[in-house]
Amino acid sequence: MSFLQIDKVCKSFGPINVLRDISIDVEEGGFLVLVGPSGCGKSTLLNTIAGLEKLTTGEIRIEGNVIDDLAPADRNIAMVFQSYALYPNMNVGQNISFGLEMRGMPKEERDAKVAEVAKTLQIEHLLDRKPGQLSGGQRQRVAMGRALVRNPKLFLFDEPLSNLDAKLRVDMRTEIKRMHQTFGSTIVYVTHDQIEAMTLGTRIAVLKDGIVQQYGTPAEIYNDPSNMFVADFMGSPAMNLIPATVNGNRVEMTRADGAPLVLSFDKLPATVSARNGKEVMVGIRPEAITDAAGRGGDKCIQAACRIDVVEPAGADIYAITVLGGKEVVTRLHQDWPGMANQSAELLFNLEKIVFFDPQSGERLR
Amino acid sequence: MQHSLPGKAEATLREILPRLVLSPSLFLILLFVYGFILYTGYLSLTDSRMLPSYDLQGLENYARLWGQRNWITALQNLAIFGILYILICSLLGLVLAIFLDQKIRGEGILRPIYLYPMALSFIVTGTAWKWFLDPGLGLENTMHLWGWESFSFDWIKDRNMAIYTVVIAAVWQSSGFVMAMFLAGLRGIDSEILKAAQMDGAGRWSLYTRIMIPQLRPVFLSAFVVLAHLAIKAYDLVIALTNGGPGRATELPATFMYSYTFTRNQMGVGASSAVIMLAMIASIIVPYLYAELRERR
Amino acid sequence: MSHSSQPAFSSGRLLRACLYAVLILFAVYYLLPLFVMLVNSVKTLDEIRGGNMMSLPKNFTFEPWLTAWSSAQIGVEPTGLSPYFINSILMVVPAVTISTFLGALNGYVLTKWRFPGDKVVFGLMLFACFIPFQIVLIPMARVLGAIGLAGTTSGLVLVHVVYGLGFTTLFFRNYYAAFPDELIKAAKMDGAGFWRTFTRILLPSSGPIIVVTVIWQFTNIWNDFLFGASFADFDSMPMTVALNNLVSSSTGVKEYNVHFAGAVLAALPTLIVYVVSGRYFVRGLMAGAVKG
Repeated sequence: MSFLQIDKVCKSFGPINVLRDISIDVEEGGFLVLVGPSGCGKSTLLNTIAGLEKLTTGEIRIEGNVIDDLAPADRNIAMVFQSYALYPNMNVGQNISFGLEMRGMPKEERDAKVAEVAKTLQIEHLLDRKPGQLSGGQRQRVAMGRALVRNPKLFLFDEPLSNLDAKLRVDMRTEIKRMHQTFGSTIVYVTHDQIEAMTLGTRIAVLKDGIVQQYGTPAEIYNDPSNMFVADFMGSPAMNLIPATVNGNRVEMTRADGAPLVLSFDKLPATVSARNGKEVMVGIRPEAITDAAGRGGDKCIQAACRIDVVEPAGADIYAITVLGGKEVVTRLHQDWPGMANQSAELLFNLEKIVFFDPQSGERLR
Repeated sequence: MQHSLPGKAEATLREILPRLVLSPSLFLILLFVYGFILYTGYLSLTDSRMLPSYDLQGLENYARLWGQRNWITALQNLAIFGILYILICSLLGLVLAIFLDQKIRGEGILRPIYLYPMALSFIVTGTAWKWFLDPGLGLENTMHLWGWESFSFDWIKDRNMAIYTVVIAAVWQSSGFVMAMFLAGLRGIDSEILKAAQMDGAGRWSLYTRIMIPQLRPVFLSAFVVLAHLAIKAYDLVIALTNGGPGRATELPATFMYSYTFTRNQMGVGASSAVIMLAMIASIIVPYLYAELRERR
Repeated sequence: MSHSSQPAFSSGRLLRACLYAVLILFAVYYLLPLFVMLVNSVKTLDEIRGGNMMSLPKNFTFEPWLTAWSSAQIGVEPTGLSPYFINSILMVVPAVTISTFLGALNGYVLTKWRFPGDKVVFGLMLFACFIPFQIVLIPMARVLGAIGLAGTTSGLVLVHVVYGLGFTTLFFRNYYAAFPDELIKAAKMDGAGFWRTFTRILLPSSGPIIVVTVIWQFTNIWNDFLFGASFADFDSMPMTVALNNLVSSSTGVKEYNVHFAGAVLAALPTLIVYVVSGRYFVRGLMAGAVKG
């Protein structure tokens, strides 16, 4: 049985349905990331798990017990907030121990626990400071300390890194991952940053308009997106989505100069071949279109394309061409010699290509 | 303790507790404000005189109210007083705020001096100005003693001019406050906009007339609402300054209501004048509050 | 840039001199009545009658102050203003305390424990700030009589609490609205309920708004005249009403110096509050003016 079960959860505010029939299971020690654009319902879902908002229908269970009627404090859940939500009138030590105090733990015991957690997080020297005197990273640690000290069954994180600068964000990301590995805690983590989702999660749920678009491992989400929204949202730069026409076993798209680019497959998925003569959407990630210097492989097709813009990014070069009337990002090796406004030979990796229905956006398998 | 309650009941208690806490205040407001408004509204339709009576007589009190010369005087006075009070306070407040905004040395001393009258009771203000404007004791006398024999300033004794002395005293009391509102508004304008205007070649005059003053529109509105409702409610100041006189020359709706209700034993007419006052204020305040509350959604 | 600011620079001196002149002139305008009151409150009556109101006292005397405080004729009895000063204090302290406390609770509920219809409740309370009190005078007199509080200080306390609630609620609501919701959520997760969240998290951070509210309520209630004149009897009369009786009594010789001393006495508490904490006073005025 799963550790955390979100079972057919719906939530509406008046006529607005924020969550629609959400079902997600998380195993003990799992790290679930809820990711999606703002307004997708991810924070609402987190709040219903925390008990800060009531769900309209459905059930949430921890270890098989329904928790819907329990007060937030009685759910044995800890939460780290986006703004850290440190009590401004209390010092760091009091902030960490407040939850224990509310549970009636004697002072000596509390002090011992606080000391232990402070040691783990290396914030012992900050215990007497007020939150206003701390840096962003330090506040983040204190917020985590406040969650850790209660030794809860489940940790919730609500976009905890979005208030940090870029470098600190990467450091804290690693730290959270290390904490997860060390303590083996079960975590539900909300973010709008797909890189955070990929790097942290053991499972990712992509949400949009209150609906789970896809639930799976990071690799599944990345390589096998179930619709155009997930394909576009996850990965940076995003997956290229190119309008193309099915013609037998071939898929054709137009280049910038009007000449067709033909991708011949050994076998197309049945749903794609069924659309003979009609349009499909071809999904191909930038790294699946590379320069000829790469190791081609049998399943590749080489074609000359005109390069519009070249964006060196250090380890790679992103080059942009136009296919099917859309800008297409390709990821080339850093020693690629080409230049903008010239033609270049590009290799398309057919094994990495996926197809979508251009109308519904659903995956064609 | 908490845990001994069944989950559902506990959850219900948790849910209603905040409303329970709010309810005494809501009850007081509903009874003492809205209940009383209804009661006074009802009285205005009865033949109440010295004591409340519950015999309805339709709109007779309103008809009698509008037939009273004193009530018409009170409304005319309110119009004169209200318009001048609002205009002068706003203008003076704006000018002083702009002047004070010119990196003035000693702003820290001047600002509190302009504002302190707001801390005084209207009774104190009235007492001070009554004396100051008294021809035999105050300004006129002083000017005579200083050798300006022909100086004459006896408005407070003049039936036609007395209402303007109320304006003078009221402006003295409130204009500093309006100044503070405008100053806060000026200081709140994004400095980048001002820099951009300067880059565009705006001089000091056009900076104020074209860029800053138009941005103070919400402050004008707030000032208008505050001053208008103060004007309609004005009571203490008139009592202390002129006591409605000379004669009934400085009668205002507030003093009219009080004297008709409590000294002339015409409670029904008094109640109907109070209803008219409420209607005047509501017509200004309700749209304002509605807009304000809607914006913050 | 340089060419547009050139003319402003050459005429700057004169302009600034005028600016200061105007500003100082208005400072005089605002200070003059207070100055006149103070100066004439320490003159003898003869000197006031014969002399110039602007001139400094030739024979400095504290007599008018003593008279105003302890022996001036208020109504029929020569008690001075002191008993009424005490009345005002007995009225102001509980009224300010209760209305501030209720306002804090209301603000807390209306921002952090929102419920359907909370906006309507707040709107009702806010409108109550602005009603002309004439509309409640008649029923209030009847209700105070019915519950046996007519003519008592307790009755005035009740009146001031009720009609101060709108403002105190407004102040605290606006202050708590800016207080992060996540802190309340964090407290919930930590196991703090409705009351402990209030007493341990919000109240300790409410210092500034408590000061603003207390000053606002103190000033308004101390300065009130209408309710005092309507609902107090002779023994519970507040300072403002007593002062007005003193000044406008038509019997005997008008002792202007005593009137001024009395007026300054009546103004003193609010003036002291203003001088000591002007910053908070202004903030209260602003909060009362800029709604929502």
